[in-house]
Amino acid sequence: MGALFLRDIRLGLRAGGGALVGILFFLAVIAVVPFGVGPDLKLLARIGAAMLWIGALLATLLGLDRLFQADRDDGSLDLLIMAQGRHLLALTVLVKCLAHWTVSVLPLVVASPLLGLFMNMEPAAIGATTLTLLVGTPAITLIGAVGAAVAVSLPRGGLLVSVIILPLTIPVLIFGVSASYGAVEDPAPFLAPFLILAAITLFFAVLGPLAAAAALKSSAD
Amino acid sequence: MSDAVSKTGRWIDLANPTRFLSLAGAVLPWLSGMTMIVLAAGFWMSMQAPDDYQQGATVKIMFIHVPFAWLSMMCYTIMTVAALGTLVWRHPLADVSAKAAAPIGAVFTALALITGSLWGKPMWGTWWVWDARLTSVFVLFLMYLGIIALTRAMDDPAKSAKATAILTLVGFINIPIIKFSVDWWNTLHQPASVIRIGGSTIDPSLLWPLLVMAIGFTLLFFTLHMMAMRNEIWRRRVVAMRRVAARSAERRPVQ
Amino acid sequence: MRLIAENLGGERGGERLFSGLDFTVSPGEALLVTGPNGAGKSTLLRIIAGLLLQADGTLRLEGAPDAYEGLVAASHYLGHLNAMKPVLSINENLRFWQEFNGTGQHSIEEALEFVSLGDIGHLPFGYLSTGQKRRASIARLLISDRPVWLLDEPTAGLDKASELQFARLMQSHLNEGGIIIAATHLPLGLDGARELSLGAVV
Repeated sequence: MGALFLRDIRLGLRAGGGALVGILFFLAVIAVVPFGVGPDLKLLARIGAAMLWIGALLATLLGLDRLFQADRDDGSLDLLIMAQGRHLLALTVLVKCLAHWTVSVLPLVVASPLLGLFMNMEPAAIGATTLTLLVGTPAITLIGAVGAAVAVSLPRGGLLVSVIILPLTIPVLIFGVSASYGAVEDPAPFLAPFLILAAITLFFAVLGPLAAAAALKSSAD
Repeated sequence: MSDAVSKTGRWIDLANPTRFLSLAGAVLPWLSGMTMIVLAAGFWMSMQAPDDYQQGATVKIMFIHVPFAWLSMMCYTIMTVAALGTLVWRHPLADVSAKAAAPIGAVFTALALITGSLWGKPMWGTWWVWDARLTSVFVLFLMYLGIIALTRAMDDPAKSAKATAILTLVGFINIPIIKFSVDWWNTLHQPASVIRIGGSTIDPSLLWPLLVMAIGFTLLFFTLHMMAMRNEIWRRRVVAMRRVAARSAERRPVQ
Repeated sequence: MRLIAENLGGERGGERLFSGLDFTVSPGEALLVTGPNGAGKSTLLRIIAGLLLQADGTLRLEGAPDAYEGLVAASHYLGHLNAMKPVLSINENLRFWQEFNGTGQHSIEEALEFVSLGDIGHLPFGYLSTGQKRRASIARLLISDRPVWLLDEPTAGLDKASELQFARLMQSHLNEGGIIIAATHLPLGLDGARELSLGAVV
């Protein structure tokens, strides 16, 4: 399992800089916002947390379709499925998700404080948003694994994965953004939505890999 | 590397990579020495320069910020010329030059943004505003990153060279458009607060260190650029040699 | 240890390719699955590898060694695709499969010597020629131990010398009591291999 994690991280770093593209997309999405809503710093500060979350959500969805497709294209997926006597397939999926998150989503979380500055957010809001992104984005990857597994045998599944996953990620977005706002706006609570967010991530850490493993098993042909 | 040479024919005598390597080997020590001397002089002059009566010591950020901003644009211009070199003249080194320049340009642009931001905090009270100049420099930074991502996404240098060249040219046309469009449409913010400082109103006691620093950092850019080009040529040779190694392993008789 | 198929039927895309197949393969035996294109050779192998469900019939491995639970766990599958990553070196690719599938009796260095890739293990897999890629993929069979080898057109892209070399590797696997089921339309150079012809009767 450690070998699989290391292999996927190595692939993510070496294969044409996929991680860089994700960050670049995130930067570009955030950079486009002021062009749309205008350079009013107060307005940007108010919508900052929400824009960071939406940007991170879209950037996370970006590379998800390759999660299993790359392995399917070169035949590795067959062998991963065949090894389920040694390694539980759901566990294999979980490890692949973790590796994918580490390479392509963690950099987004690290970059988000910088983008918070561009959105003129206060330090507390930046900290809260980064923390909620750190806790919440694994849930997006794990939900996305289900979509990626379902669409793995489709030749052009890329856009389809995003379309079927996006509605499922709405709870993550709701609690992530409300916890971020809870940290700065006085009556709103921070801890309650934050804990729910953590619970969602843990819940999908179980459900996502199980569902994805079932989909992968039936997808082989 | 080897395919770059074979496809170009008559340019071989003028600028083949081997000759570039020997030239770089001869020039680089002098260039880096000059860079160090000029930069050291520039730093010393900056230290001696008087504080601004309004801005205090923070004005000294200008001595590095302005050269960074200038280099971010010069680097893109060099890349544009290199892109033309790739597409029009099919020069074997043009593509190497563009690929080597992109990361350096991205770093200088990032440094210009960071130093500008550090300067902006005490001056404007905020790290960042979306005014025309800052925004267009930020878009320039994104363009650099996009070009780097494209050069890295393709394995075959011959293929990525043309794609990158086309993107660079399109970006060169697009950057002024972005600059003017934000100027016209986003007029909410302090339009020329940055530009004024670099203008002719500047005192000679600040202007001279700035000029020396600008020359020093320009020399630094050329040193780094030449080193990066040399690395890129070497890297391509290593790739070519490894491919040859894979092929020649086959010619050995199988026991 | 015996691999037993009874009344096996397979279909692909809703189309029945074969049915009523009965065969038994004992240790040291090779079964060559032959037949025209589209006869279901690959489908049969994927069914045995557990990657496809059979339409009807049963498949089992009797008396498998304790280390392996069931037929799939005891099988190596070499499909049309090489299951290697072009950006990783041959060594990195093989080390991953060795750690993932378990260490066998041969080290990676030995396995690469067996397929004459000993000197270039450090090169990225993507740099290799088609035949070299296939041989690197064959080395994967040697670094983890599995009694059953399922080979789908294993010699595709191999030259004469490599074919001979691979025949020797397969023969030594059989001599150690292994089982080979190979889909092929070329003779693999194995002594006493039995043949299962698909598509003769539809």
